[in-house]
Parts: sequence; C-alpha cells; structure tokens
Amino acid sequence: MTRSLATIYAALIYGFIFLPVAVLVLFSFQATLFPIPPFTGPSLRWYGAVLGDSRLTSGLFNSVLVAVATSAIATLLGFLSAWGLARFHLPGSALVRGLITMPLMVSYLIIGMGLLIFFNWAGVPKSLIAAGIGHVVINLPLCFAIIYSQMGDHQANIERAARDLGAGELQVLTLVTAPMLWPALFASFFLSMTFSWDEFVIAFLLTRFDTTLPVEIWSLLRAGLNPKTNAVGALVFGVSIVLAMVFELVMFRKRWA
Amino acid sequence: MTGFVTVDKVSHRFGTVTVVDAVSLAIAAGSYTVLLGPSGSGKTTLLSILGGFLHPGQGRVLIKGEDCTLMAPAKRPTATVFQDYALFPHMTIGGNVGFGLRMKGVARAERDTKVQDMLALVGLAQAFDKRPHQLSGGQRQRVALARALIVEPAVLLLDEPLGALDLKLRRQMQDELKAIQKRVGTAFVHVTHDQEEAMALADHVVVMNQGRIEDQGPPQRVYERPATRFTATFMGESTIIPGVFSDGRLRTAFGDFPAPATARFMAIRPEHVKLGGEFDATVADAVYQGSFVRCTLTAEAAPETPLLARFDAGAAVNTGDRIRFSIDRSRACSLED
Repeated sequence: MTRSLATIYAALIYGFIFLPVAVLVLFSFQATLFPIPPFTGPSLRWYGAVLGDSRLTSGLFNSVLVAVATSAIATLLGFLSAWGLARFHLPGSALVRGLITMPLMVSYLIIGMGLLIFFNWAGVPKSLIAAGIGHVVINLPLCFAIIYSQMGDHQANIERAARDLGAGELQVLTLVTAPMLWPALFASFFLSMTFSWDEFVIAFLLTRFDTTLPVEIWSLLRAGLNPKTNAVGALVFGVSIVLAMVFELVMFRKRWA
Repeated sequence: MTGFVTVDKVSHRFGTVTVVDAVSLAIAAGSYTVLLGPSGSGKTTLLSILGGFLHPGQGRVLIKGEDCTLMAPAKRPTATVFQDYALFPHMTIGGNVGFGLRMKGVARAERDTKVQDMLALVGLAQAFDKRPHQLSGGQRQRVALARALIVEPAVLLLDEPLGALDLKLRRQMQDELKAIQKRVGTAFVHVTHDQEEAMALADHVVVMNQGRIEDQGPPQRVYERPATRFTATFMGESTIIPGVFSDGRLRTAFGDFPAPATARFMAIRPEHVKLGGEFDATVADAVYQGSFVRCTLTAEAAPETPLLARFDAGAAVNTGDRIRFSIDRSRACSLED
C-alpha cells in the first residue's frame, strides 16, 4: 500500500518536472504546422528548418563560442585564485574568498544590469564579448569553489616535493598542480559550459546584433509557437544533458588514490 | 662548530610558541642521523628548516660550508622523503623518479637509464610504467626514496618515513634503508618517535624534547649513559630514583651508587633489575611480552616509586606475588636533574 502510494507520488513528481520537456521534445518531431495534439510525426522537418535558419545557426555557433571561451577563462581564473588562496597566507583571505564567491548569490538580472550600466559608462558596446564577460562573472565563483574544495594539504605536500626536486613555480603549476586537479578543472569547465550555454538574461541585456542561441529562440518565440521552436529547444536541452552528464561523470568517478 | 651540515643556534616560533629553541647540531658526511622525540618536540620543524621549507627566525644552517639558511628547497643540496610520500599521482613511477632530473634538463634517454638503475637499487626494477596507486605502502615508500636519491643530494631528509607502515614491514624497510644509506654514502637525517627505529638506524641519535636537544651521540652511549632524565625515560624505559650525595656516592632507597658530585638521581633500566637478592617487593603488575615479562614492582624500600623490571619469560612471576630482587649497580646511570 505505502509502496504503491510512494510510486504514484514519485510518478507525479517526475511528471511535474519532466512532462513539459517531454512534450516539447515530442512535438519537435511534429510533421504539421502547429505543436499541438494530435501528434502527426515523427518527422525531422523542423530540425531541417532549424539548420536552414541562418539566424539560429549563427546563434548556435555564437553560443558554442561564448560557452567554450568563457568556460576556459573562468576555469583558468578560478584555478589561479583557488591556488593562490589555498597555498599562500594572505591578509584577509577569508574576506577575499567570500568576495569571490559572492556573485553566486546575486541574481543574473542584477549582474546583467550592473554590467550594462558599467559598460555603457565605460563605452564598451553591446557585443558577444560583453556577454562573455558577464558569463565569466557568473561562472568564476563556481569554478573557484569547485577547485578550491579539491585543494587539500596532501596536494600542498606534493607541490612541496616538486619544488624540492627543483621545479619552479610555473613548472609546479603546469606539471603537478593542474594535472593533479584535472578532474576538478574538467568538471568546472563543463559546469560553466552548461550554465553559459542556456544563459538568457545576461546575453539578452549585453548583446545586440550577434547574439546567442537562447536570445534567438526568444525572438523566435515572439512570432508565436511553431514546431521549429520545439526543435531548437530540444537541441539546447540535448546539449545541456550531455554537458551535465560529462560533469557528473568527471566529478563523481573514483578519485586518484 | 664545523660539520658537513651545521645547524648553528637555530630558533623558530609558531606564533608565541617556540618550537625550536637555540638548537645547534653538527651532522657528519655519510652519517645516519636520527632525530628522535615525541610529537611536538620540534624534530619535524628542524627537518623542515634543514629542507628549506621553513626559514628559521634565528640562527644559521650551513651545508658543505655554504650558508643555506634562506635558500629555497630547490636550490639547496637536500632532498626530502615526505611522511605521506607525496608522489605525483598522475605520473608513472618512472615519471616520478625522473622528475628531479627532468627539472635539471637531463635528456630523456639518459634520465630513463638512471631511473631504471635507481629503481633497481630500491628493489622496484619492474615498476617503471606503473602508477603510484597500483603500489603498496612499502613500495610507494621506496619510490619516494628513489625519487629523492636520484638528484644526488648531499643530505637526504626523511620525515617519519616508516610511520605509515605496519610493524613487520617497518622493521624490514629499516634494514633496507640502512643498507641503501651505506651503499650510496649520502648523509641521511631521519625523524622518528620510535626509539627502536632510532637505535636500529642511527650512527648518531639526537634526542629532542620541547624544542631542545636533550642528548646526542651514538645510540649505545645515549642508551647506556643518558645525559638527562627525559632521555633516560624516552630512549627506552627507566625508573628514576632520587638520592642524596655524600662521600662520592649517591645514597638512595636502593642502596649507594657510585656517582659524580653533581648527581641527584639514578636511572635504572628494567633489564638491570634481577630476580633474587636483597630487596623485597610486591609485583603490582606483570605483563607477558613473549621474550620477557614486563613487571611493575612496589618495593618495600620505596613504595611510592613504581619500579620497572624485565624478567626472563621463563620466570614464574604473576601479579600479586611477593618476590626478592636486586639491582645491577654498575650499570645504573646517574642524572643531575
């Protein structure tokens, strides 16, 4: 009795979470003009339409570019700041750590608006680069937190061993610290990619002509629902799933002994 | 004060705590020196100062006549074997051992040959392509040793290198360490809190307590003639009994002992207490230890001082027995404080 109740409850919860996504994906394979029942597919007609739409494909390309570049920068900066704060005794390092992770608690809207006002004042035009800077701002704290959490005293001793054997600081970083923290670096990179990939607010506020896929989808939605939006949504969702899975695999696989 | 390595009045504090207090020490070339002490005695801090990981607040460190006090670890002719081995987890054993040579810019082919030779020396000739997590604790220990020795340091520093190993392996590695040290001829400085390990390995043992050197010298001398009360009780066990000096002898509850005029106490080793003889005692505790029975005696002459004794395992001594015992007076050692 309790078991079947639990099953029903679980089914409802998962249905609540995943049914909209399932419907979105299902009707992306619709063969006719409207993404409403009855289902007339399966057909790849609308996927073809997405790939034939130069605005969507350039949005896709821009999104990939921004995601890869900003994730790489956020991971690098996060790594260096984590290393600096974990390995050296700095005055007020707790405060500095707090400041670095603070953007995690600020809404993307506030960050986006702040950057918009600042860039306006500084004369930086709206562009992919401006949006990219915004993505580094939101992802750097995450990268820092993940990498910092993986830097223990044991690793500090390993770095000491490398220095003892004649390695300079740059060699310690590139030959020992970074390879040793490879899982954390990789995980940070992919988590950043996930967030950058479907980030809308900051990209919307900070780009104008060249923009990212979520912003293009938003313009598409303004013209009304059609299965093309479903198809592009399903593509975005698919990529997010892959990135999240890579993150999970890297982060939770057995760590080096 | 001169030596191959000279530590000259080195002091170091952590905050308000002085962990190394005006320590002076000379280490001879090719010697095996063991820094022995309980945790918090400053032995590991002293080793870190020798290795260059800590710069002492005061004093100097000279290695081969050169002032190394503030020299970075990479620059000084020392190499360290860390307590947790600190192997590079992402490199092969060959990569680990060859790291120091790689940093010196030695070409790959030459490096690999030297690495193979070094691995053979520590008995791991087959491990070149393995990774650290595939090896046992004892094998990792050897890799750490090989990695440090390959850069041909003037002094090899070992921080409780056998601490993580089980007892049997520890005794075995102890013998190997000594053999390797004799073979390469490098000066080893080894930190431990295990006095048996210290005695087995050291040419020169340095007993430390509360940041100071209590006693130093060949292990046999330190054991048989400990300079201080701490040494007498830390390097093996002793019962300390007070006495009053007069006429060239220290008069105690267990009779008179020949002693210098400064003597105030006698240290009696448990193995110098013999069954049968002049004193009466009750056995307060008897623990069978295989090769001997470790007893705590309550002697009638001095019931307030529990007297430690080791009797032959064959002796039928049980808790609560009343026995008679004697003390080998010639081998007791006098102490000043």
